[in-house]
Amino acid sequence: MKVLGKFLLFLGAMSSIATWAGESRLTLTVGSKNFNENYVLAEIASQLLESRGFEIERKFGLGGTLICFGALVSGEIDAYVEYTGTLSEVILGDDTANTSGAINQSLKVQNLEILPSLGFNNTYAIVLRREMAQARGIHSISQLSTQQNLKLAFSHEFLRRADGWPGLQRAYGIRLAARGIEHGLAYQALADGSIDVTDAYSTDGELRRYNLKMLKDDKSYFPQYLAVPLVRKDLPARARAALVLLGGTINETTMQSMNESVVFEGLSFSEVAKRFLSSHVDLLSETAQQEALPPSEDSENVAQESELFSSIFRNTLVHLKLTGIALLLSVSVGLLLSLLVYRITWLSRTLIYISGLLQTIPSIALLALMIPIFGIGELPAIVALFFYSLLPVIRNTVTALVHVDPLLKRVALAIGLRASERLRIVYLPLALPNILAGVRTATVISIGTATLAAFIGAGGLGDPIVTGLALNDTNLILQGAIPAALLALMAELLFEFIEYLFVSRHFDHTHSS
Amino acid sequence: MTAIEFSGISKAFGRTQVLKDVSFSLPEAQTTAVIGESGSGKSTLLQMINAVYRPDSGTISVFGESIPEKSVWEFRRKIGYAVQGAGLFPHMLAYDNISLLARLENWSETDISKRVTQLLSTMGLSPELARKFPGQLSGGQQQRVGLCRALMLHPRLLLLDEPFSALDPMTRQDLHKHFLASKEVAGTTTILVTHDMQEAVELASYMVILSSGRVLQVGTVEEILAAPVNSYVEELVSLSRS
Repeated sequence: MKVLGKFLLFLGAMSSIATWAGESRLTLTVGSKNFNENYVLAEIASQLLESRGFEIERKFGLGGTLICFGALVSGEIDAYVEYTGTLSEVILGDDTANTSGAINQSLKVQNLEILPSLGFNNTYAIVLRREMAQARGIHSISQLSTQQNLKLAFSHEFLRRADGWPGLQRAYGIRLAARGIEHGLAYQALADGSIDVTDAYSTDGELRRYNLKMLKDDKSYFPQYLAVPLVRKDLPARARAALVLLGGTINETTMQSMNESVVFEGLSFSEVAKRFLSSHVDLLSETAQQEALPPSEDSENVAQESELFSSIFRNTLVHLKLTGIALLLSVSVGLLLSLLVYRITWLSRTLIYISGLLQTIPSIALLALMIPIFGIGELPAIVALFFYSLLPVIRNTVTALVHVDPLLKRVALAIGLRASERLRIVYLPLALPNILAGVRTATVISIGTATLAAFIGAGGLGDPIVTGLALNDTNLILQGAIPAALLALMAELLFEFIEYLFVSRHFDHTHSS
Repeated sequence: MTAIEFSGISKAFGRTQVLKDVSFSLPEAQTTAVIGESGSGKSTLLQMINAVYRPDSGTISVFGESIPEKSVWEFRRKIGYAVQGAGLFPHMLAYDNISLLARLENWSETDISKRVTQLLSTMGLSPELARKFPGQLSGGQQQRVGLCRALMLHPRLLLLDEPFSALDPMTRQDLHKHFLASKEVAGTTTILVTHDMQEAVELASYMVILSSGRVLQVGTVEEILAAPVNSYVEELVSLSRS
């Protein structure tokens, strides 16, 4: 227990270093969803606000619409970029509220509002190779109904959704057959001619890269997904004014080329955002306009390297903090509960059953469930990790206590040990190897699951993984995955050592010579 | 003097009636053997004396007093207890197994050390064995350590639940010898549960013969050997002479 205590002290010290930061300026928190375009837009908004003198905390890569929206409602974040179609359908559940006025009317009760559209519509698009479009003279979707010998292949989701292909076919009277294709493979398939038409998003960077023609939705079948800053009404007026200025500055082509820079040129979100803002200096405040000049190449390389290690270090500390606190809680609560119930068979079975049930909830769902109660960030992540690591602790402890050799239990009772003495002197030491094995399992599970905590803005080693997944950037994914794997490995070694200290010595069953 | 008195004791586990209206009294400062085959209820009978089990009906008195309802652990500490297989705690050194209760009773280290040394020699164990874990000891050595633990607090009453049964004949003979020679045991009221009539005759001076939860005969070893009450006891007696 002494060793464990010291380890936890160490964790505590590390985490206070990790959170150490000056907080003199007014801090705003900007969120983003976990796909490229939304990262870029959030970064543009953040840098713009920073140029106006605000301190920005970035909670990027939140795992989905409801998580972002929930975070905004609870005030965990102050702004993120949403899409009007998503707002009216998913959040407000009312797709007739599709004008900004109607949406703002519905958002009023939650003290939220949308600001003027950034200037582009990211909706479903039907695309084909530009030279084929020209050769056949196709410009709009309605022209597809008169075409023959076209190979249509759509993403599986689009093929099934009522507002996808089935509805489109009906609305435009298209009789061509379509098959399914993995979205990631569709562009390549278009390029080599194995398919002719597919679905895409209208701002995908690939549209430019592969020289694709987007067909005009001449019957306005697809809903509008205008990108809009979604903000809390208590946002400082200067911040709001800055975001209003962003309205109308990004059209489909600009967004496509920014997405392209991220996917094909490997630029970071912040570089893409910086590039955008330096070509829109009018958006920046006067002092910031002078600072907006890009730094020289040399200093950037050096800065990147040290930035890489310090960010890995920071993420690792946050990761340790999340898992450390969660484990401390699950071990103490798990042990306590186990000690209370192990003698009562039905109760201990129920407890194991309930904690097993908790573990069958997919981790991302459990994390999402935490948001309405605990908001986003570290707290809900710790609570979710706590629930996850509870089962191995309880199951192993109860099982170990129940299965102490009945002869030893009888002897412990018969020689006159009190209940507390039996537990302390006999049962717990005998159960220790199994309890430790449970804690060990819990630790490894926590370290792994904690990478998912990045989806709800808790940071840690999941941050580079989530961003890397969005970017399809293996390097970035490895910056999270390798340290996480190393942590798990080190935890295993630590437990080997603890088991050596407390267990193997006491259970040396070999006869000495 | 009567050390232990059972009157009208019955005990059932679920539907199985283990003891049926058992009554007897046992003399002080002597060894009594409780004889019976497996399932006769002899081990249950023993564990009623230290209140591991409570009777469904009837009363038990130990040295003229009934078994307390509360803080029964205090009562148990005055009774030495040793079992078949020794039941040593595997995570504790032999020394710590023997001295556990003395430590809980706040004995001084010197008193503990003196007493352990004395017990080890009584049981024919070399002192360095005390520094080993039970897993490092042979079955016979473990059993001796178990007896040392039972004797540590100078109990007035010693309960032995077949402690010699699982040993090889040589080791058993040697342990019997130490047991009989021990001054520790000489003044102590000892109840020895066994299924071995020869062992009973060798170690005990008084006997209770149990079969299927009923007492068949109670008396001194001489009385029983001289006048078995029925053919079952007669059979047992003949076994002791073979």
